[in-house]
Amino acid sequence: MANAEAAHLEAEATGHDYIAHDPDTPRGWRRWVYSTNHKDIGIMYLVFSIFAGVIGAILSGFMRMELQEPGIQIFHGLAAMAYGLDGDSAVDAGKHMFNVFTTAHALIMVFFAVMPATFGGFGNYFAPLQIGAPDTAFPRINNIAFWLLPPAFLLALMSMFFEGPAGMYGSGGGWTIYPPFNTSGQPGPAMDFVILSLHIAGASSILGAINLITTILNMRAPGMTLHKMPLFVWSVLVTAFLLLLALPVLAGGITMLLTDRNFGTTFFNPQGGGDPVLFQHLFWFFGHPEVYIMILPGFGIVSHIVSTFSRKPIFGYLAMVYAMVAIGFIGFVVWAHHMYTTGLSLDVQRYFVAATMVIAVPTGVKIFSWIATMWGGSITFRTPMLWAIGFIFLFTVGGVTGVVLANAGADRALHDTYYVVAHFHYVLSLGAVFTMFAGWYYWYPKMFGLLYNETLANVHFWVMFIGVNLIFFPQHFLGLAGMPRRYVDYPDAFSLWNRVSSIGYYVTFVSLLIFAWVMIEAVLKKRRAGDNPWGDGATTLEWTLSSPPPFHQFSTLPRITTDAH
Amino acid sequence: MAVHAKNHDYHMVEPSPWPIVGSVSAFIMAIGGIAWMQDWTPWVFFIGLAGVLYTMYAWWADVVKEANNGVDHTPVVQMHHRYGMILFIVSEIMFFVAWFWAYFDGFFRGDDALQEARVAFTGGTWPPTGLELFDPWHLPLFNTIILLTSGTAVTWAHHALLENDRNGLRWGLVLTVLLGVLFSFVQALEYMNAPFSFSGNLYGATFFMATGFHGFHVFIGTVFLLVCLVRAQRGDFTPQRHLGFEFAAWYWHFVDVVWLFLFASVYVWGAWGVEIHH
Repeated sequence: MANAEAAHLEAEATGHDYIAHDPDTPRGWRRWVYSTNHKDIGIMYLVFSIFAGVIGAILSGFMRMELQEPGIQIFHGLAAMAYGLDGDSAVDAGKHMFNVFTTAHALIMVFFAVMPATFGGFGNYFAPLQIGAPDTAFPRINNIAFWLLPPAFLLALMSMFFEGPAGMYGSGGGWTIYPPFNTSGQPGPAMDFVILSLHIAGASSILGAINLITTILNMRAPGMTLHKMPLFVWSVLVTAFLLLLALPVLAGGITMLLTDRNFGTTFFNPQGGGDPVLFQHLFWFFGHPEVYIMILPGFGIVSHIVSTFSRKPIFGYLAMVYAMVAIGFIGFVVWAHHMYTTGLSLDVQRYFVAATMVIAVPTGVKIFSWIATMWGGSITFRTPMLWAIGFIFLFTVGGVTGVVLANAGADRALHDTYYVVAHFHYVLSLGAVFTMFAGWYYWYPKMFGLLYNETLANVHFWVMFIGVNLIFFPQHFLGLAGMPRRYVDYPDAFSLWNRVSSIGYYVTFVSLLIFAWVMIEAVLKKRRAGDNPWGDGATTLEWTLSSPPPFHQFSTLPRITTDAH
Repeated sequence: MAVHAKNHDYHMVEPSPWPIVGSVSAFIMAIGGIAWMQDWTPWVFFIGLAGVLYTMYAWWADVVKEANNGVDHTPVVQMHHRYGMILFIVSEIMFFVAWFWAYFDGFFRGDDALQEARVAFTGGTWPPTGLELFDPWHLPLFNTIILLTSGTAVTWAHHALLENDRNGLRWGLVLTVLLGVLFSFVQALEYMNAPFSFSGNLYGATFFMATGFHGFHVFIGTVFLLVCLVRAQRGDFTPQRHLGFEFAAWYWHFVDVVWLFLFASVYVWGAWGVEIHH
C-alpha cells in the first residue's frame, strides 16, 4: 500500500508513463470499456472521430471521382458491385447511391467526426483540466455518452445496406431528411435506421452536455470565477447549452417523421392537414444551433493557440466570452434563413435576414480580437499556429459568403447550389476541421507525452490548405453559374471547375496520408514532450501537469489567484 | 482502489459496466424497433428493452448505494446532482416544445392559403373541419384536478419528510402514486372514447403524440415516486438528505406543468366553439 502510493506520487511528480506506473489505472479492456475517466473517454472520442472522419472522407472521394467529368463515371459500377445489378437498373441504383453517399458523408462528418472531436474529445479531455477539476461531474454518464456513439454510427452505416426507395438501397434524402422524400419517397427501412441513429446520437449529446455543463458550473477550482475561466471552457459551456436546447427538438421532429412513416400520422402530409414545412422548422431550429455546436469549441481552441504563440494574453477576453454567448443565443433565432424558398411571408423573411446578419457582429468581434492578439505579439509559427491562422482566414471567407446567403433575395438564386456547398464547407471542413487539427497539434504533446516532427506537420498543413481550397473555392463559381447540389451529373459547361475541385480532393487525400505519417513518425521516434513544450505563452492549467497528466490529476485542487486565460 | 489521498470532496466514480451494457441494449432496441415496424419480429425489441430496463435498475441501484454509504455524496456532489436533474428537465421541456410546435402549426397555420392541399383537408379551420373533440370540462378537467391534487400530495410527503414524520411521508407518497395511476387510467379511458383517430389527420397526430408523451412521462414519474416509496419503507431519506425524493417531486411538478399547458392549449383553447363529442 505504502509502496504503491510512493510509486504513484513518483509517477505524478516525474511524469513517467502513467499506464505502467500508476496503480490507480485500471488495466486491460475494462479500463476503456468501463471507463469513468474523462481523459480516457476523451481519447476514445478522438479515436472514434478519426475513424469516422476517414470513412466520411472516403465517401466524399467517391463523390469527387464521380463529379470529375460530366456523365456517370463510377456509381453505376459501384451499384453493380454492391447490389449485383446491371444495365439500366445499375445506372438508376447508381444515381440513388450517389445521394446515399452524400447523405452518409454529411451525417458522418457532422455527428460522428466533428462533434465527437471538438466537443466530446477536446471538451472532455481539456475542460476539466483547464478548470482544475479532477474529473467530470458524472463520469458514468460521460462514458455512456461516448458508448452510445458507436451504435448510432453503426445504425447510420447499416442504413446503406437496407432498402430505401423501392428497389434501391440506402437513404438518399440528405442530412436534412426533409419530407415528403423521407416519408413516402423512400418507404424502405433504410430511413428508419437513419432516424434511430439520430435519436441515439442525440441522446449521447444531451447526456454529454448535461455532464459538461454541471462540471463547468460546479467544479471550477477555488478562485476560478466565471470571468477567469479559459475561453475554451467557455466555448464548451456555450456549446453544451446549445446541445441541451436544440437536440430535443430534433428528437421530436424525427419522431414525427418516424410515426408518419410507420404509423400513419400526417404531421408532414397535407392530405391529412399536415405541413411538410413544419419539419423544416423543427429541423433547422436544431440545425442552425448545430452549426455553432460544430464551430464554437474551435473558437475556444483557436483563442488559446493564438494567445500561446503570440505570447500575449488574448485581446478583449470579456468581449470574446460574450461574443460566444451572443452567437449561441442569436443562433437560436435565425433558423428560417435555411428556408427562404419555402413560401415564408416577406415579413418573416425580412426578420430572418436582419437577425442572421446580426451574427456577423459577435463573429467579427472574435476575428478582430484574434488579430489584435497577434498584433505586436512575439509570434512563432509553430504547427498549431499555422492551423489557427489558416482557420481565421478561411472561416472569414466562409463567413463572408454566409452574409451573402443571409440575403433572402440573393438566396433565391443561390439556394441549393454549389455556392451553398462552398459556403458551409469553408466554415466546416476548412473551419471546424482546421480547429480539430489545430487542437490536435496543440494538445498532442500533452495527451500523449510525445513531440511530432514540426517540419512534417508543417507540410501536412500546407498540402491540406492548398487541397481544401482547391476543392471548395471553385465551387463558388459553380454555384454562381447555377450548378445545383446533390446531383450525380451536370452539363458540360461545369466541367472545368469540377475537375479542379476533384484534383483538390486528391491533394487533400495526400495531406491525410502525410498526417498519418506525422503520427506514425511521432510514435516511432518517441521524442518526450516536457510538461509545457510551448513556453511562456501557454498559461492554462493543463500545462502545469505532466505530459500525459496523471490518471487522476489535482488530488489537491489548485488555487487560482491570477487570470489563467 | 484509491490508494492515494484525495484532498477534495468530489466523487471519483469507480469504473462501471452499466454504460456499455446500456448502449448495447439501446442498439438492440433500435434494431428491434425497426424489425418490429417492418413486421419481422417484435422479440428483438423486447430483448433490447429488457437490457435497457436492467441497466437502469443496476445503475441506479449503484447510485443509491453510493448515496447511502455516507462517503461519496458530499455537499458538492449533491449540488452536481441538482444541476444534472434540472438540466435533464430542461431538455425534456425542449422535447415537448417540438410537439407543441406541431400542434400550433396546425392551429395557426391550418388556413395558410399557400398550402392548398392542406386547406383542402382542414377546410381552413382548426381543428380540421368535421372533427368532434372532447369536452374539456369533462374527463380532462377531472384529470387536471387529479394531477394538481397529486402535486399537493407530494408536497405533503415532502413536508412530512422534513419534519421526520415517516408516516406522513409514506401516506403522502402512496396517495401521489395512486393519483398518478388514476390519471393514467382516466387517460386510457379517454383514449378509448376518442371521436378522432391517431392516423390520417394532424389533429389526432398532435393530440395523441403530445398527450401520449405526457402520459408516458406520468408513467415514468409514477415509477420514480414508487421507487421513492420503496426506499422510504427501507428507511432511506433523512430530513437533511433526500435528493432522490426531491428529484421525483421536481419531475412530478414538471409533468404537472406540461399537463396544464396541454389542458389550456389543446383541450380548452383548441375546442373553443367547436363541435363537442358527448
